Amino acid sequence: MDFAFFLIQLLNGLQYGLLLFLVASGLTLVFGIMGIINLAHGSFYMVGAYLAWSLSSMTGSLTAAILLAIPLTVILGMALERLLFRHLYQRDHLYQVLLTYGLILVFEELRSLIWGDDVHGVAVPALLNASIPLTDNLSYPVYRLAISGVCLLLAAALYFLIQKTRLGMMIRAGASNRDMVQSLGIDIKLIYTLVFAMGIALAAFAGMINAPLSSVFPNMGSQVLIICFVVVVIGGIGSVKGAMAASLMIGLAETFGQVLVPEVAGMIVYVLMAVVLVWRPQGLFGKA
Amino acid sequence: MTEAMNTSAAPASAADTLLEGSGLHTYYGVSHILHGVDFSVRRGETIGLMGRNGMGKTTLIKTLLGLVRPREGQVRVRGEDMTQAATHAIARRGIAYVPEGRGIFPNLSVRENLVMAARAGVDGRREWDFDRVIHTFPRLGERLTNGGAQLSGGEQQMLTIGRALMTNPDLLILDEATEGLAPLIAREIWNIIKTIRASGIATIIVDKNYAAVMALANRSVVLVKGRVVFSGESRELGDNEELMHRFLGV
Repeated sequence: MDFAFFLIQLLNGLQYGLLLFLVASGLTLVFGIMGIINLAHGSFYMVGAYLAWSLSSMTGSLTAAILLAIPLTVILGMALERLLFRHLYQRDHLYQVLLTYGLILVFEELRSLIWGDDVHGVAVPALLNASIPLTDNLSYPVYRLAISGVCLLLAAALYFLIQKTRLGMMIRAGASNRDMVQSLGIDIKLIYTLVFAMGIALAAFAGMINAPLSSVFPNMGSQVLIICFVVVVIGGIGSVKGAMAASLMIGLAETFGQVLVPEVAGMIVYVLMAVVLVWRPQGLFGKA
Repeated sequence: MTEAMNTSAAPASAADTLLEGSGLHTYYGVSHILHGVDFSVRRGETIGLMGRNGMGKTTLIKTLLGLVRPREGQVRVRGEDMTQAATHAIARRGIAYVPEGRGIFPNLSVRENLVMAARAGVDGRREWDFDRVIHTFPRLGERLTNGGAQLSGGEQQMLTIGRALMTNPDLLILDEATEGLAPLIAREIWNIIKTIRASGIATIIVDKNYAAVMALANRSVVLVKGRVVFSGESRELGDNEELMHRFLGV
């Protein structure tokens, strides 16, 4: 494996990992702070991708589609939190699993009704539709670099929000003692709605920006969901830092696995999860 | 109230009453905890809420704060019916809570525990801010970056009180603030409570150290099995050995 080839795999692995982080960070936040197991999280990734496809075919621009789709997914997230998820906070995980599994089916059915069951491609925005030549016959697409850049920016923003702002302190405090947060005059329900909507919007946004690379197809959410649960478990439930570390680990392991040992590539991430769990059952950054 | 020995406190005008519960009946599942409790705190007043374990003191506090809903009765904050209001809305009307067992956020640093709670008082007052809290609790100033869980019991208690003060309350509710603390540290906490009281903040104090409570409180309220059996001047309660023995086991 020469250096240019290695570099390409490295960049692909990082880009895949960063994209996973966008989806998984929302999952781990909602899980860690509100105690909700949201199996429908992957469906929002799918909704994002389909919105990107349908709105970009209407407007002719993926950028415009994304700008339109983000507020739509935030509204969807807030509405679902108010109507459904709010009633699950005090409930057993079994109820959460039942409801959110039901939501997966509802979303798939709605997707079929609204957008049909065909596979669709989404065009890379013209501005980013270029490649950087690495050697005579190897080059790297600018769009993938752009995705990585955007993901890194969002990860930094998320880190800043949670670690450095008062809202972030309230969010973290809410994870440890909900009654106490309310007793300090803070509207915990509003904070939950915001966190949930943010998680949904991040997953949907990941689906939007990845649509040109992955294309858009039925059940695309479930694949992402399973990997994201692996990320959350490896990283430690509720830990955004852990989600970042685990996403990058999985992104790189899967990418290099497919190149180096394609026969067993499918199981590498699960082996990784098993090893981490034997070593640290609470995950890399989880609390024991 | 039928068993109440004394109701000597003059009736307060509505504007002066910060927090008031009337005819409160609260249940935990099928257990009937509060049996028609009447309770009120006026501006600047210090009230000792007394009673042995399991008599309903904490339940009364939680009912007044909206953390537990009464099945019957009414909670009024500054004269306004807030029986069904959210806890944060009640707290925002100038009421701060130092719960039993402290309730610090262990996953936040000392600084974050304080900063996240900062808020102007009901009338826009910002007498208590980060600097003043640190000035009042110099030990916290030395531990700003420590996680809440790394503090000693006394420091955790100071943090909880400091955090409550960051909301610039008119009423501070202290539930077992000195429980489990070494005598020296407990004394420090009592001195802080005195300072807070002197600054004009009303307080409700629940504490096993009845003598210390009665020395500070204008009025004392004694709960026995979810009923108010005494409500009146602390002096009167302290002077009456029979009451002290019968209700508090002293």
